Amino acid sequence: MLRKILTVPKILLDRQSLAGHGEGIATSGEPREETRDIFKGSLAIRLVTAGSTNACEQELVALSNSYYDVERFGVHFVASPRHADILMVTGPVTRNMREALVRTYKAMPEPKIVVAVGDDAIDGGVFGGSYAVLDGVHNVIPVDYEIPGDPPAPRQIISALLDIIAKLNSRRPAKD
Amino acid sequence: MDYFTSPSVFYAILAVFAAGATGALAFRHHDRAANILGNSLAAAGSLAGLLFSGAVLLEGDVPAFGAGSSFSLLSITFRLDQLSAFFMMVICLIALLCSIYALGYVRHYYGRYSVGMLGFFYNLFIASMILVATSHNLLFFLIAWEVMSLASYFLVIYERRESASIRAGSLYFIMTHAGTAFIVFAFLLMYQATGSLDFEAVAQGMAGASPLVRNAIFISALVGFGVKAGIIPLHIWLPSAHPAAPSHVSALMSGVMIKTGIYMLVRISLEILPGPFLWWGLVLLVIGGASSLLGVLYALSEHDLKRLLAYHSIENIGIILLGLGGAIVFSSAGMNSLAALSLAAALFHTLNHATFKALLFLGAGSVIAATHTRNIEKYGGLIKLMPQTALFFLIGSMAISALPPLNGFFSEWLTFQALFQGVISLDVTTKTVFILAVGALAFTSGLAAACFVKAFGITFLARPRSEAVSRASETGIFPRLAMAGLSIAIICLGLFSGAVVRLLSGVGGSLANIGGAEAADAAGFESVSVQNGFASISMPAVFIGIGLAAIAITAVVFLLTRRRQTVIGRTWDCGADLTPRMEITATGFSRSIITVCRRVLRPSSETEIEYHDANRYFPKIGEVTMGLHDVYRTYIYRPLQDLLTLLAGYTTKVQSGNINAYILYIFITLIALLFLLDLTT
Amino acid sequence: MTQTIFWIIQILLIPVLSPFFIGATRRIKARLQNRAGASSFQPYRDIWKLLHKDEVISEDASWLFRAAPYLIFATTLVIGASIPLMSTALVNSYTGDFLVVVYLLALGTFLLALAGIDTGGAFGGFGSSREMLVAALTEGGLVLSLLTVALISGTTNLMAIPQSIGSVPFSESLPVILAFIGFSIAMLAETCRYPFDNPSTHLELTMIHEAMILEYSGKRLALIEWSSANKYLIFITLGANLFFPRGMADSLELAPVALALAVFLIKVGILCVAVALLESSIAKLRIFRLPDLLFTSFVISAVAVGLVG
Repeated sequence: MLRKILTVPKILLDRQSLAGHGEGIATSGEPREETRDIFKGSLAIRLVTAGSTNACEQELVALSNSYYDVERFGVHFVASPRHADILMVTGPVTRNMREALVRTYKAMPEPKIVVAVGDDAIDGGVFGGSYAVLDGVHNVIPVDYEIPGDPPAPRQIISALLDIIAKLNSRRPAKD
Repeated sequence: MDYFTSPSVFYAILAVFAAGATGALAFRHHDRAANILGNSLAAAGSLAGLLFSGAVLLEGDVPAFGAGSSFSLLSITFRLDQLSAFFMMVICLIALLCSIYALGYVRHYYGRYSVGMLGFFYNLFIASMILVATSHNLLFFLIAWEVMSLASYFLVIYERRESASIRAGSLYFIMTHAGTAFIVFAFLLMYQATGSLDFEAVAQGMAGASPLVRNAIFISALVGFGVKAGIIPLHIWLPSAHPAAPSHVSALMSGVMIKTGIYMLVRISLEILPGPFLWWGLVLLVIGGASSLLGVLYALSEHDLKRLLAYHSIENIGIILLGLGGAIVFSSAGMNSLAALSLAAALFHTLNHATFKALLFLGAGSVIAATHTRNIEKYGGLIKLMPQTALFFLIGSMAISALPPLNGFFSEWLTFQALFQGVISLDVTTKTVFILAVGALAFTSGLAAACFVKAFGITFLARPRSEAVSRASETGIFPRLAMAGLSIAIICLGLFSGAVVRLLSGVGGSLANIGGAEAADAAGFESVSVQNGFASISMPAVFIGIGLAAIAITAVVFLLTRRRQTVIGRTWDCGADLTPRMEITATGFSRSIITVCRRVLRPSSETEIEYHDANRYFPKIGEVTMGLHDVYRTYIYRPLQDLLTLLAGYTTKVQSGNINAYILYIFITLIALLFLLDLTT
Repeated sequence: MTQTIFWIIQILLIPVLSPFFIGATRRIKARLQNRAGASSFQPYRDIWKLLHKDEVISEDASWLFRAAPYLIFATTLVIGASIPLMSTALVNSYTGDFLVVVYLLALGTFLLALAGIDTGGAFGGFGSSREMLVAALTEGGLVLSLLTVALISGTTNLMAIPQSIGSVPFSESLPVILAFIGFSIAMLAETCRYPFDNPSTHLELTMIHEAMILEYSGKRLALIEWSSANKYLIFITLGANLFFPRGMADSLELAPVALALAVFLIKVGILCVAVALLESSIAKLRIFRLPDLLFTSFVISAVAVGLVG
């Protein structure tokens, strides 16, 4: 029992093998606000599914299993947007979910980051152009980062998250 | 100082109340004059009474005075020993603040009901309570008791156009007179054993009475005064009578009138009857534990704010009886210092309960007057519309939930300490009762906190649940002054608990069966220690500790987060629009606790559905009524009522309507009496 | 002078150490689930981050919502100054009575429950209702279990109790063991652990404590999380030092106190492992089975009190 508690489990993917898979992660320009180093050790994610096919959700749920274990990087999922730093949006934002998404965004305290996960969230993906969707999260709320893929594999999501954390903490404040 | 405690001051106080009563009656056609005259004279009389009884308590002398009368048995004598002075002080303190409240509150009755009659009965009520607490003759006591009951009856049915008030008044009338019958029986037994009706003479004469007589007196006094105090199962009048009266009268009834029952119970068991028996204390402990638990459980199920508060009075009477029962048990075992401790706890809780219950009733009165509804499910958001009332109600709620550093916590602490001493020093069977009493007290305070989270939270917090409530506004200056006064009293009693408990152990020690023992010692920094350091506490230290810690953490956090902003936004609603129906309801809040205790509380649920169609496939409106089955009416009072009706049915056979039969009855009675006379002489 | 230093350590130890032990418990649970888990110092990073975020406060919230976190944290600080940590030579006869500690905890619960209702959201209200149900029924077991050790040692002052419990021989320690069982059930209830509450759930319908804090953000959330960590460490400390007091110093000299601190950390560590093991092996009970468990705690503690003396 003691050995089980004290040693790191072997099936866990180590950090090195997770890094570097984040090709294609895009940023939409400079961040809207200085973030300093506050997100280095701790990141809270609130997930909103704005009309998605749940494929991305399944990959995101896999992040918390013992293979990927995103918690060891200080990242955890929270239930309330008031507790969250990152808003991860999946799905092409159907019309019915527009208001809910905006309210979730407004309920989050600054500094906050929006990440669009999956091709659907970036530009509507397969559903683009339909009368029922708004063709991507950036048409509803300002998006900071995008993770492409339909759906992106957990490995990609984690390395994208690590890249985001690194990008956030390498920025120096714009003024004073 | 001597002048302060002279009989003339006492008579002057009574005269002020009489002037208030007659003045209000004289001006009954001018509402505003009657209100001002009646209530300000009542306030003046209460203030004078407060100073008078305070002087008696502090000086330690015992003014005794009176006027004889033409009847040999009735003598209008007063004697203010420490116990009487203490109760008079409690009465006058609460009456003073309620009268100030009434100056603003009675305005709601202008033009609707007779304000002059209200002033008349109100002054009569206070004066009769003072007479009850200070009278020294059993017959005079009964007269004052009856006047008090009648005055409060008229106050209960004051809003006479509401049928609920009339029914509440009738039930109260019957129950209080049933109680008075038992009291009269106890007093008759006392007279028969001692040949006199003066308290002191009775106390001396009872030394020679047989145990059977003493037990009979105790039991009938317990039932009689228990009806007035509201112990379970004699409480059924309380939840309907206290809410029916105007709010300042409810505060007086709940805070003070039920304590007069406690006053006489203390006096009878610890002074008049020498050498109490062990089982009396155990019975009181059991009744106290049951009353407190059941009272708070019933309070949890109430939707009417004033009924909720009335049930909490039953709960607190249970706590006081726990202290009193402990005192009797210790006194019967000869442990006088522990008896003094236990009695000090009971008396302190009497004082504390009077203050916070009065504050809560006054707050409830303001809320009901501002929102015109008594249903808690319609309230909400009043903390923004009535901020000062909300603050005072919060202080009252925290005090009644026994949260430090307020006064309710200290009196429960003291009661706990008395019960702990019982667990330590008594034999196995008594110890078990004390352990169960500790458990009952612990659960009661937890459940009371739950109930007041519900009461305060649903009434004042979140958003209004109905249109009328969203238009409420803060009350006038006088009600707020009165509530502020009570809040200050609560805080001061909490801070200076050490001094108060020393005063009260003197009060308790003055009773014959306890004989001058000390309840608690004082140590540095206003701390109180019990039984040579078994337990010690310093209320100012708790207060200052919390204050300093709060200031420290606020300063530290402020320094760390100077540059952060605070934004006001919507409540997190998961993207849906929040309606008042989405907030927690009072029923929902307490239903889980009621379901847990369902064997005791017998919850009931009735569903009525109105359908669109005759086949009953499409419901239109559904209504679910969740209530509690009234066990006392079903198992105790209805069978009793049916039995009495049955017996009355038999006795109607005597009433034949034939005048010749009646003359025959008189003739037979005369012959029988002559025979009896012949036999006895 | 040494008294002042030791008092400063006493007051600061609980708030400083509590996030570590919460993090350690989470890490052990993660390891038992075959994951690596966040580092034991993660809660410090969480609190630091939250202190550097803005706050969003609901427009329906009143001053009670704004003031509650500070008051709740203040009560945990006062309790931290009243419980036995390292030496029985420190004396606190002002706030050290166990009833003061129990009722200060009740004050914190009361304020948090009111804050939960204050914003008028759908979840805060029922979180408060459940919290008050559990808190009301826990009082009996908690008071009676602490009364047992108080009666054995002849004083209700928490800082003076460990001295006498340490000298109770094993043959007479049945009341202490029974009281510890009653106390640990009460501890699990008050600190929102399994089987009463899941501290890491995301489903609002299964939340008790978390539901009341859904509206908090920024610095106030940091204070609330820190207060519940404090409460956890306070209960573990009471369990460790009241019922197994071997190793506490009985003077105020440097060497015994340092040793006592080390022993304290070990004892708390063992209890954290025990809590993590328990949480990983049992399921959360449905809410209407919780009163049975709490009543069991009451009965066990009552038997323990009856067995004393």
